[in-house]
Amino acid sequence: MSSPIDFLLWVKGPAFDIALAVFVIGIVVRLLEIVLLGRKQDLAEPKGEEFGPGLRTIVTRTLPEAGSFKQSPFTVIGGYIWHIGFLICLLFFVPHIELLHSVLGIKWPGLSNHIVDAVAVVTMATLVAMLIDRITHSVKRFLSGPEDYLVWLAAFLPIMTGYLAYHRVLVPYPLVLGIHILSIEFLMVLFPFTKLMHTFTFPLARWYNGAMAGRRGVQS
Amino acid sequence: MADSKTETKTLGESLRQQGVSRRGFLKFCTTTASMMALPPAMVPAIAEALEKARRPSVIWLSFQECTGCTESLTRAHAPTIENLIFDHISLDYHHTLQAAAGEGAEAAREAAMHENFGKYIVVVDGSIPLKDPGFSTIAGISNLDMLKETVAGAAAVIAVGSCAAFGGLPHASPNPTGAVSVSEIIKDKPVVNVSGCPPIPTVISGVLAHFLTFGGLPELDDLGRPKVFYGQSIHDRCYRRPFYDKGLFAETFDDEGARKGWCLYRMGCKGPMTYNACATTKWNQGTSWPVESGHGCLGCSEPDFWDGGGFYNAISIPDGDIARNIGLGAVAGVAVGAAAGMLNRNAKADAVAKHEAVTVDDLEKTS
Ligand code: SF4
Ligand code: SF4
Repeated sequence: MSSPIDFLLWVKGPAFDIALAVFVIGIVVRLLEIVLLGRKQDLAEPKGEEFGPGLRTIVTRTLPEAGSFKQSPFTVIGGYIWHIGFLICLLFFVPHIELLHSVLGIKWPGLSNHIVDAVAVVTMATLVAMLIDRITHSVKRFLSGPEDYLVWLAAFLPIMTGYLAYHRVLVPYPLVLGIHILSIEFLMVLFPFTKLMHTFTFPLARWYNGAMAGRRGVQS
Repeated sequence: MADSKTETKTLGESLRQQGVSRRGFLKFCTTTASMMALPPAMVPAIAEALEKARRPSVIWLSFQECTGCTESLTRAHAPTIENLIFDHISLDYHHTLQAAAGEGAEAAREAAMHENFGKYIVVVDGSIPLKDPGFSTIAGISNLDMLKETVAGAAAVIAVGSCAAFGGLPHASPNPTGAVSVSEIIKDKPVVNVSGCPPIPTVISGVLAHFLTFGGLPELDDLGRPKVFYGQSIHDRCYRRPFYDKGLFAETFDDEGARKGWCLYRMGCKGPMTYNACATTKWNQGTSWPVESGHGCLGCSEPDFWDGGGFYNAISIPDGDIARNIGLGAVAGVAVGAAAGMLNRNAKADAVAKHEAVTVDDLEKTS
């Protein structure tokens, strides 16, 4: 019998296992590839230390920088809003905490569903506004390739389908819940092969930039 | 088991004979109307139709089942009008309840089929094994044969319980008997799925009342269940829902949240994905229902609820062993990553080795 429940069981069972395997193997392989490739030995005498500036840059590059803020405030603010909103929905919605608890064995207090709901709306609105900006702004449009739009979709769908599932808009519920989980599996499968990888590579890149500057004795 | 040949009483007559007052009868009609989501204006029509209804012949077939559904229906302590409806219908064959067995019982079934051809209702509880007909037989007849033969002259089929409706426990992975539901076999007759493990007695009598009143079956959902009873989820009608929305959850069966009656989602309540009438109809003549007594809904009225992960796992948790799979994935990732890293290094070393120093003279020569 093929019913929404069958679909949900498939999505929560075999499909999740496949997506998880692609996600974990892909990320580990890509990180190892970067680290193992190594760097050419720097024979110049170091003019400063690497460690401190490296760590500091991970933090400073995460904070908004005055120059780029002045040039495109919308990109900076929108970027912060939707990243933080996404993380709040991911990490503080109780059903998600329950899932993470089953994997990590630790749990933390969740937020009331009404708050998560409001955050989800703000996050979706921001993502839509940023997409419109990307399409209408001639420079941004020129810089955008198919991958950028694909990644936008992969980030947007989990929030949108989660919102629909929470509000039980599509019936029956197993169908909409299944679609929500499937959208996350889509995100997980795309992860290692797209710029979504920045979630894991940004500390490496920022640390490296800071460490190099530190070694050369310039401001990081 | 009354004899259908001599019995010509209407439902009204038989209820009065059993001491049910007009007032009690109308109250039942009102409840039935509201349960079936009919306007109060329909009550007199329902009363009139039920009053005049003749005893329908019912043949009850029990296949791969645990008798829980029959227990659910017969275990009502105080006599209720629902029970009287059951007394009123002519249950011509039910091998768990009837005294006769074997050929005598089969003769009663055949007689009922013969006399009421085209008009009787077949109620089925239990799933049908397709792998080997010998897995479940009655008087030497396989379940599949008996179902096909009996349904041939039926007006409608009511699949009572999740086993008959969706395969139920026997159908749970790995389904050793090849169990299937009634609707997977019967395609040419209306089949109503009254799912639940067991189903709520009132829901079964409600479907029968509908049949008696309107001479047909109620509107069904995608899974063949009467919409009036299965149209809304447990979660949508749950009195603990405000706690869910506020983010107040019980985390164990004896914590503060459990004592305060908070939402049971984290303890595996399947209410959000389960469509049934428990939250409104309740059990044991309206005494209570599972969530009210402090235990999450198991999702018993949905297909494959046995295979939907642990009863105490929140719905959001995927079925596999995620932590183990992440570990396996990481190990595989390290192996593949190390191999890829070696290849990349070789490629890099190769490139360095092949690198030729180019002088200005060389450049001038080629350009
Ligand atoms: S107890 Fe179950 S059905 Fe009730 S609100 Fe919580 S999750 Fe929903
Ligand atoms: S509360 Fe859920 S599991 Fe319990 S009887 Fe009702 S539908 Fe079945």
